[in-house]
Amino acid sequence: MDDLAIGVLTLQGGFDKHMEALKKLGVNPVKVREARELDAIDGLIIPGGESTTIIRLLKNFGIYDRLREKIENGLPVFGTCAGMILLSKGIDSHPGQETLDLMDFRVSRNDYGRQIDSFDATLKIEGLGDEPVPAVFIRAPRITEIGSSLEVLSLYDGSPVLVRQGTMLAASFHPELTEDLRVHNLFLSMIVQ
Amino acid sequence: MSYLKANKKNYAEKVKDMSEKLWSQRQSAQWKKNVGLAEMLKGGVIMDVVNAEQAIIAEKAGAAAVMALERVPADIRKDGGVARMSDPKMIREIQEAVSIPVMAKARIGHFVEAKILEALEIDFIDESEVLTPADDQYHIYKHDFQVPFVCGCRNLGEALRRIGEGAAMIRTKGEAGTGDVIEAVRHMRTLKDGIRKIQNMPNEQLMTEARDLGAPYELLLEIKETGKLPVPNFSAGGVATPADAALMMQLGAESVFVGSGIFKSDDPEKRAKAIVEAVTYYNDYKKLAEISEDLGAPMVGINCDHLIDNEKFAGRGW
Repeated sequence: MDDLAIGVLTLQGGFDKHMEALKKLGVNPVKVREARELDAIDGLIIPGGESTTIIRLLKNFGIYDRLREKIENGLPVFGTCAGMILLSKGIDSHPGQETLDLMDFRVSRNDYGRQIDSFDATLKIEGLGDEPVPAVFIRAPRITEIGSSLEVLSLYDGSPVLVRQGTMLAASFHPELTEDLRVHNLFLSMIVQ
Repeated sequence: MSYLKANKKNYAEKVKDMSEKLWSQRQSAQWKKNVGLAEMLKGGVIMDVVNAEQAIIAEKAGAAAVMALERVPADIRKDGGVARMSDPKMIREIQEAVSIPVMAKARIGHFVEAKILEALEIDFIDESEVLTPADDQYHIYKHDFQVPFVCGCRNLGEALRRIGEGAAMIRTKGEAGTGDVIEAVRHMRTLKDGIRKIQNMPNEQLMTEARDLGAPYELLLEIKETGKLPVPNFSAGGVATPADAALMMQLGAESVFVGSGIFKSDDPEKRAKAIVEAVTYYNDYKKLAEISEDLGAPMVGINCDHLIDNEKFAGRGW
């Protein structure tokens, strides 16, 4: 895996912890801040952060169209929290806010509440064995509606929290904030395939 | 016998694990979750706003969070008097107006103001020297709260005392409400020097250094190991232009707070957008040149050298 170049979108948000997680897995992370940098990577992580900030920067610096095109043409992508919001079809709670409109689900932002309601949980994740996976939810989005082409890999409190569609993976929680790297490993295995 | 032996071994291993683990890894899930929110604010700009209308402008411009307060620091400086926690009504209006995290300030040591802010479900409390301190000896014991705290510092010792009390984010203080970046630079450089010094110290010097800094010994051990604070480190107090923001990022800030710099300038919307972009592209000079173009006049500002000591906010906090 050490010849893989995994990009981390470093416009705003929790990019540092994703880079640390990738390094622990023996992968060299690449910072992505420009459209042209998308040509030199084998996969991309869109981190958590503020989706309103990230979408604005994607649009203003001419990355939005190139990013959509790359992912549509098969660049594997993993979005966490705000990253999941960006990959969604649309936002029920904020219908005016744009997304990348790439995966077949809709979300509602901050649907589990404000920071005081942020929580830890353990998840049963399909394909990651019997050992539950620790997950941190921070002002998390909730998936409100899913299409038939979507694979639900984990449910929490009745809602999907980890979903896959082809080479796109999205989580409403933050696997990068725990020591358990199995979700990142799952993304890497999607790239190697 | 084998049972006893096995147990003994487990115990020894446990002790070994505990001593090998870093301070930050031994903290509560609550604290880690709160540091997690601070991680999500990296590379962003936190903007001071005094009403819902300004909060909406800030969010549209790309702010990662807003700080709700009644008067920006420049006005607190001008008006004088005692500066306190904001009216909960105004905080609620801002919470309802935007979807990004909302922060608010409590006076240093005023744990009741902080509990009120927690009851309002504020996303981050700033125990801030910009308000008039309520306690001349003690800061708030922040581990007692469910919501995260950010605190100011001028040097490593102050940063580590606040982290020891439970802060989930540190910001270098700078000198709020001046639009003069010199104190922000001084505090960031002093903090970074302090960290480098610890990294290069032999183990036997760390306890004495902890005594001299007035900082928890275990946090010094962690810094020697990792070379950084265990929580995100942002910059505040004096940022007025995109170039100022980029300067602080290059000096090691992971994000910036902008107080009076935005809404005391000629064109707040344009300036807010520009500072957001400068924090992301802080090392791309071509982009910074474009970003800095035609923003109208920045806040007029006050030269920090012209402030007498008791006019400086940064000296508040211990």
